[in-house]
Amino acid sequence: MRSLFFLLEKESRQLLRNKQLIRVLIIAPIIQLILMPLAANYSVKNISIAVVDHDRSTLSQRFISKITASGYFKLTAYVNTYSEALAVLEKDRADLAIQIPANFEKNLVRENVQKIYIAINAIEGTKANLGGAYLGSIITDFNSEIRAAWPLGGVVEPIPQITIASSNWYNPLMNYNLYIVPAILVTLVTAMGMMQSAFSIVREKESGTIEQINVTPIKKHIFILGKLLPFMVLALVIFTLGLCIAWLLYHVTPVGSLLVLYASLIIYLFAVLGLGLLISTYSATQQQAMSLSFFFINIFNMMSGVFNSVDSMPQWAKNIVETFPPSHFIKIMRMVVLKGSGFSDISYHLVVIVLIGLVFNTWAVLNYRKTV
Amino acid sequence: MISLSNISKTYNKGQITALKHISFSVDHGELFGLIGPDGAGKTTLFRILTTLLFADEGDATVNGFDVVHDYKQIRNCVGYMPGKFSLYQDLTVEENLNFFATIFGTTIRENYALVKDIYQQIEPFKNRMAGKLSGGMKQKLGLCCALIHKPDVLFLDEPTTGVDVVSRREFWEMLARLKKQGITIVVSTPYMDEANRCDRIALMQKGVVLSIDDPANMIKDFPQKLYAIKASNSFQLLQDVRNYSGVDSCFAFGDALHVTFRDSSDQNMMAYLYTKAYTDVSMEIITPSIEDCFIHLLKD
Repeated sequence: MRSLFFLLEKESRQLLRNKQLIRVLIIAPIIQLILMPLAANYSVKNISIAVVDHDRSTLSQRFISKITASGYFKLTAYVNTYSEALAVLEKDRADLAIQIPANFEKNLVRENVQKIYIAINAIEGTKANLGGAYLGSIITDFNSEIRAAWPLGGVVEPIPQITIASSNWYNPLMNYNLYIVPAILVTLVTAMGMMQSAFSIVREKESGTIEQINVTPIKKHIFILGKLLPFMVLALVIFTLGLCIAWLLYHVTPVGSLLVLYASLIIYLFAVLGLGLLISTYSATQQQAMSLSFFFINIFNMMSGVFNSVDSMPQWAKNIVETFPPSHFIKIMRMVVLKGSGFSDISYHLVVIVLIGLVFNTWAVLNYRKTV
Repeated sequence: MISLSNISKTYNKGQITALKHISFSVDHGELFGLIGPDGAGKTTLFRILTTLLFADEGDATVNGFDVVHDYKQIRNCVGYMPGKFSLYQDLTVEENLNFFATIFGTTIRENYALVKDIYQQIEPFKNRMAGKLSGGMKQKLGLCCALIHKPDVLFLDEPTTGVDVVSRREFWEMLARLKKQGITIVVSTPYMDEANRCDRIALMQKGVVLSIDDPANMIKDFPQKLYAIKASNSFQLLQDVRNYSGVDSCFAFGDALHVTFRDSSDQNMMAYLYTKAYTDVSMEIITPSIEDCFIHLLKD
C-alpha cells in the first residue's frame, strides 16, 4: 500500500508537470460539449424548395405561403417549368421541388380532387425524409382547411377519425439537448479515459523506464493501479465540468441524485480504464495504442446509441452493442438525468458494466508480464 | 555469487541465436566484465540474470536464488542499470532517486553512505529534470538509482557507451570503490581498453563465450609473438604485409599494423619490406592488448 502511495505521487507529479496535456484534456472536452450538441440536432430546418406553379391562382398562392410559413422550408427558386425545377435540384440549390398543376384551383373546386407532384433530392437522407414528411403533414392540414372553408357539395360529411394525443414523458418539450448532452458527455469522458490509460504504460515502454520498474519488487497490480487512479480523478473532474456546462448552457440538470450518477461513473471508469490498459498491454508504441483506441472510440461513438436508437439495429448488432460499456452508461445517464432513476432501476446496466470491467482488467493484468 | 550453466536463448522462434550454451560463474565481491561487440549477447545475458527474460534452456542463479523460481528475491537484491537511459526524464534528479528508494522500501538517507561519492557530483543539479542532464551525469544518476537499495549484485549494461573519456574513467573508479564495499559487479562494455579494469573478463562473440580469465593472464597466454609494424604509407603496407606468405594475422591498429607470424618467418620480414622500397618502416615486438587477444580468439 505504501508503494501505491509513492507511485501515485510520482504519476500525478508527471501528469501535472505536463501542462500542455492538462490544458488539452480540460479545454478540449469543454469546446466539444459546446459545439457538438448543435451539430447533433435532429430537427431539420431550412429545407430549400423550388416551386413550379402552373396555376398561379389565389389558392396556389395560399398553398405556397402555408408551406413557407411553417418555418421548415425556404423558397429558393420560383420557376416556370418542371425541367427548370429539376435543374435547380441537380445544382443542389433546392432539396425539394413542388409542381402545382394548371387549373389547380378550378379542379379542386369543381372535382374536389387535386394532385401535387413532389420531387425530393435524396442525397441527404435525413433531410429528404423529414422534408417529405413535413410537407405531407402540411398538405393534410391544408386539405382540412379548405374542407372547412368551402362546404363543397352542400353537405359536409363528417369524417370518422381517430386522433392520437401523445405526451412526451420525461422530456415533455422534446428538448433535444436533454437527450443528447448527457450522451455526448459520456463519449468525451470515455475517449479521454481510455486513451490516456492506454498511453500511460506504453509511454513507459517507449522510454525504457518499464525495464527499470520491472526489476524492482513492486507488485504489478499496484503498478497498474498507480497508473489508473490519476486518470480516474481526471475523468471525474472533466465529468463535473461537463455537468456544469450542461447546466449553464443547456439548462440540463439531473433529475436523479448526483450520488447515483457519480457512483455509476466510477464503476464505468473502472471498465473503460481497464480497456485502455488492455490496449496498452498489446501495444509497443504510443502510435499503436493510439490506432487501437481510435478503433474502439469510433465504434463506441457510432454504435452506443448516442445519436440513434440501438433498438433499431438487427439483433446480432444489438448483441455486440450489449458488450459495450458506453452503451450501458449512456442509458444510465439518460435514466438518471431525465427520469431520476435510482440504483434499483439501473442495476442491470451496472452489473453488466462491472462484469465487462472485470473481464478487461483481469485480462490486462494477466497480459502485462514483468518479463517481456 | 552468480552461476550460469548451459544457458541458451533464441529469438524469432529459433531463427536468431542470442546465446549458445553459456556457462560461467562470478565470485562474491568480484568485478566481472562481459566484453564483446554489439550483438554478442551481453544484454540478453543481463536480462536473463535480472529476471526480465526466460532462457530457453539452462539454469542460472544469482545470490543463490534461481532466476526463474526465486525471481522475487532476486528483484530485491540486485541493482540493474539498462543500456538505455531508463529513468524518468520528466522527474528531477532528486525525485528519481527518491522514487526508486521508496519502491524498494528504503530512503535516500538510509543508504546515503553507499551513493554519497557519486551523488555529490550530481547534487548541484538535483532540481534539474533527468532528461536535461548530460550523458555522463545521466549515467551517474542511473548508478545511484541502481544502488540506492543497497543491492548485493549490480548489473551494469554498457554504462560507459556514449560517455566522454573523462567520465568513463571516473565511472570505472566509482566501480572500483563499490567493489571495495563488497558489492559484486557485472559490467558489460564494447570497449576492449576497459577490460583491464575488471578482475576477470569473459570475451563474447555471437552468443558464445570465447574465453574467461583475468585480463593479465589472458595477455600472458597470448600464444605468439606480436609485432607492430609502422610505415608512413600504411595502406600500401597493409597490402604488402598481407601478401607475405609467412604472416599468420595482420590487422590495422591505429597507425600501426599488429602482425603475428607462422613458425619463424618473422626473421625475414624486414628484408622483405626493404625489397618493397619502404624507407621509414619499423618493426618491434609489443605486449598484446585485450583486443589482440580477442581478435586472436575470433580467428580460431
